[in-house]
Amino acid sequence: MKVVNNKVHSVDGLGIMKGRKAYTDDFAEKDSLIIKVLRSPHPFAKIKKIDDQEAKKLTGVEMVLTYKDFKRIPFTRAGQGYPEPSPHDKFVLDEYVRYIGDEVLAVVGSSDEICRKALDLIKVEYEVLEPILDFEQAIDNQVIIHPEPEIHEMFDIGFKPKRNIAAAYEMNVGDVEKSLAACDYVIRETFYTQAQAHVMLEPHTVNARMDYQNRICIYSATQTPFHVRRIISQGLEIPLSKIRVIKPRVGGGFGGKQAIHGEMLVAFVTYKTGKPAKIVYTRKEVFESSYTRHPMRLEMALGADKNGKLKAIDAKVLSDTGAYGEHALTVFMVTGSKVLPLYNKVDSVRFVGDVVYTNHTPAGAFRGYGAIQGNFALESAIDILCVKMGVDPIKFRQENMMKENETSPIFAIMGEGTAGTAMNMDTCKLEECVERGLKLIDWQSKYPRIETEDKIKSVGMAIAMQGSGIPYIDMGAATIKLNDDGFYNLMVGATEIGQGSDTVLTQIAAEELMTSVDKVVIYSSDTDLTPFDVGAYASSTTYVSGNAVLRAAKELKSRMVEEAARILETKIENIDFDGKRFLNINDKKEISLIDFSNQITYSHEQKQLQVTSSYVGHKSPPPFMAGFVEIDIDKETYEVEIINYVSVVDCGTTINPMLAKGQVDGAIVQGLGMAFYEDVQYSKTGKLISSDMLNYKIPTRLDIKNLTTVFVDSYEESGPFGAKSVGEIGIDTPPAALANAVYNALGIRITKLPITPEKIYQEMRKKNEK
Amino acid sequence: MKINLNINGVSKAFLIQENEYLLEVLRRNDYTSVKRGCDNTSCGVCTVLFDGKPIPSCSMLAIRCEGHEITTVEGIEKEAEKLANYFGELGADQCGYCNPSMALTVYSLKKENKHATDEEIKAYLVGNLCRCTGYVAQHQAIKKYLGDES
Ligand code: FES
Ligand code: FES
Repeated sequence: MKVVNNKVHSVDGLGIMKGRKAYTDDFAEKDSLIIKVLRSPHPFAKIKKIDDQEAKKLTGVEMVLTYKDFKRIPFTRAGQGYPEPSPHDKFVLDEYVRYIGDEVLAVVGSSDEICRKALDLIKVEYEVLEPILDFEQAIDNQVIIHPEPEIHEMFDIGFKPKRNIAAAYEMNVGDVEKSLAACDYVIRETFYTQAQAHVMLEPHTVNARMDYQNRICIYSATQTPFHVRRIISQGLEIPLSKIRVIKPRVGGGFGGKQAIHGEMLVAFVTYKTGKPAKIVYTRKEVFESSYTRHPMRLEMALGADKNGKLKAIDAKVLSDTGAYGEHALTVFMVTGSKVLPLYNKVDSVRFVGDVVYTNHTPAGAFRGYGAIQGNFALESAIDILCVKMGVDPIKFRQENMMKENETSPIFAIMGEGTAGTAMNMDTCKLEECVERGLKLIDWQSKYPRIETEDKIKSVGMAIAMQGSGIPYIDMGAATIKLNDDGFYNLMVGATEIGQGSDTVLTQIAAEELMTSVDKVVIYSSDTDLTPFDVGAYASSTTYVSGNAVLRAAKELKSRMVEEAARILETKIENIDFDGKRFLNINDKKEISLIDFSNQITYSHEQKQLQVTSSYVGHKSPPPFMAGFVEIDIDKETYEVEIINYVSVVDCGTTINPMLAKGQVDGAIVQGLGMAFYEDVQYSKTGKLISSDMLNYKIPTRLDIKNLTTVFVDSYEESGPFGAKSVGEIGIDTPPAALANAVYNALGIRITKLPITPEKIYQEMRKKNEK
Repeated sequence: MKINLNINGVSKAFLIQENEYLLEVLRRNDYTSVKRGCDNTSCGVCTVLFDGKPIPSCSMLAIRCEGHEITTVEGIEKEAEKLANYFGELGADQCGYCNPSMALTVYSLKKENKHATDEEIKAYLVGNLCRCTGYVAQHQAIKKYLGDES
């Protein structure tokens, strides 16, 4: 391979570095109306009265929008395919507000300042209601967060709003109780994972204008432009054909931008007034009023026999979806489906639980969703079990974990909202990942700990798996066009959000067309101009959209060869195309690609050669990895320093090895953030405390010493040039690896994320008291 | 009110509000390479050079910039290009929202201390957050750029 799996610079890095216009707000019309949202000061309340008379009199105020301005059409902002596996439980504006930061009303005015002044003049009377702020108290609480009659599920997801349940699920393989009873060793432990904030540096941003065909043209910093178009159409009853959604460069998403945030209000204002409008979330709004990761309680029971065989896994999970049920079920499913198959030799598995409403900021998609929570619980529990059994946790994993050519019944049972898809692990290099990781971290000499005067050094590890798109659901499509002078346009619906998909997809096309990256010009995600794609989520782009690009390139190539055969007056099978010229192997006559493309464009039997192909996965080959952390703990302060994080990853072929490494590095650091200190925190009254970057710390340069990220050789037959996905897998292991390292250092088990020095101190005190 | 600002070596008159921050004035006037990422000077994507020193433009009143030289990434194009090359080589590009501000900050570091140690580099750039890359590839690229004598 010449382009794929080679060092290729990203196709857009230079222009981005130079500061060229690229992001959503760079394209906002200068005279855009500004939309500012009045946000609820109460965690749960009913709006009794809105007095906006004074505000409306203010010069420059265009309108004040309240729930009365919108038809009551419930929808979900989740940004998923249709019908969505999320409850339709959200209105653009509603007479109830369900968390501090929820939308009360919107002011539309000529400037930020005028909007702010108008907001100050508006008086809202609320009937303040008792909130639910503890997710363990939500089910069957006398408070019902969603009493409204119009809300509904699209198909059975266990939606029971009267009980504050947004979704529920249960699955059983074998009889877990029976197997646990027969086990020689059983451990039970309850784990808690916290809400994490995405903190993509570009805030949620949308702007719109009516174009000269009187259609609404929306720029949005979204991961799912086609879903955005559909949801706007359904929610505002604007014909789909009247809406164009353009996704320009996106300044990070990590799942947060899979959802609809400002789109509804902006589209409504522009469609209604005919004037351009925009919304840019403040950082406070991003924290308070967009999404977090779902906090969870995971009650785990593991059982093994005396021969070191893991026999049973029982996982009872409670997940907190906050005020709205976006991704309630899907995140929950992944907690089981992309975690439990890691140990596929068990007799029985149970995965059961509920996803509940609370009066907190809604939870939504976030890189590694469900998997990071499940991985923390399972991979911590495995180490706990090994301690109880007195066996080596590495050996135990090596004996019990998934291997190549094996499978798990869970794949067929659990999908994301619907049943899953049975599949074999045609590529699974987990054994090699573990072996290499052990060497790279130098486990032998550091496990379990090395004590010096003031520090304890230790190591910990965890294994993980992810998926590559959602089989039979996620569809990606690509169009490739041959131009005169022999270069190509590649149009994809796939959504570049900073993960490098434009570069990776360009490489796939260039490889197949035997040309260089600069001869393939990519344009992504414009609902008018590019073919459909579900968007950037579920680690689907390289695998699903990449396969679509590969198909399109193959088909275009055969169309070109057909035409060349006609020009060179021979049969197709006599044509040899090397990316630069077509050769008739019989008479050695040839035509260069440039002459060929010019001829069919301008001079003889002219035609446009262009092909559109699409791809839907029939399976979702999981990438695998082993993550190893080396830490130093200060004996006095319990401050933990990360000395190195070793990631050994099997993601099939790395289409772009540098960008793949970037995906893993970036995800590891986000995972370390969650493991160590990132924590969405509320006051007792439900107000977000961590509403800016001073109170919500993300890792800085000073926190990161060494990341050792390597890839094992692996080739997934079903993937484009052997690739699987790599976008999410990196985030899964840090919490469990860190918890295990802390145990190895100090003999204490932290079961509640994040793992802070305070928690370590408390556990140490308990231990020393004993 | 009207003020004169020298941006990237060109002096121009700008209409501003008295309480307006430099970031708003720049973005309003199409210097869109300067980004906004937060509300309280904690992310660094709004960095510009103020008489050659990196500052967050979101907390600098525009009115205070009269008589000073403001540089955005467009003003150091050649340097940005060099840095972009090292970013490309090391795979340090992701969403890029932090990149123009990074270019300005490391350019200024290079002028001050091109033999900066690892720790000095990190300390100098600590205010420039990045949520995508995990920093390691960026760090390697920045080191190469600092060592580039061309
Ligand atoms: S916008 Fe974040 S520091 Fe200025
Ligand atoms: S590359 Fe996205 S914030 Fe730095």
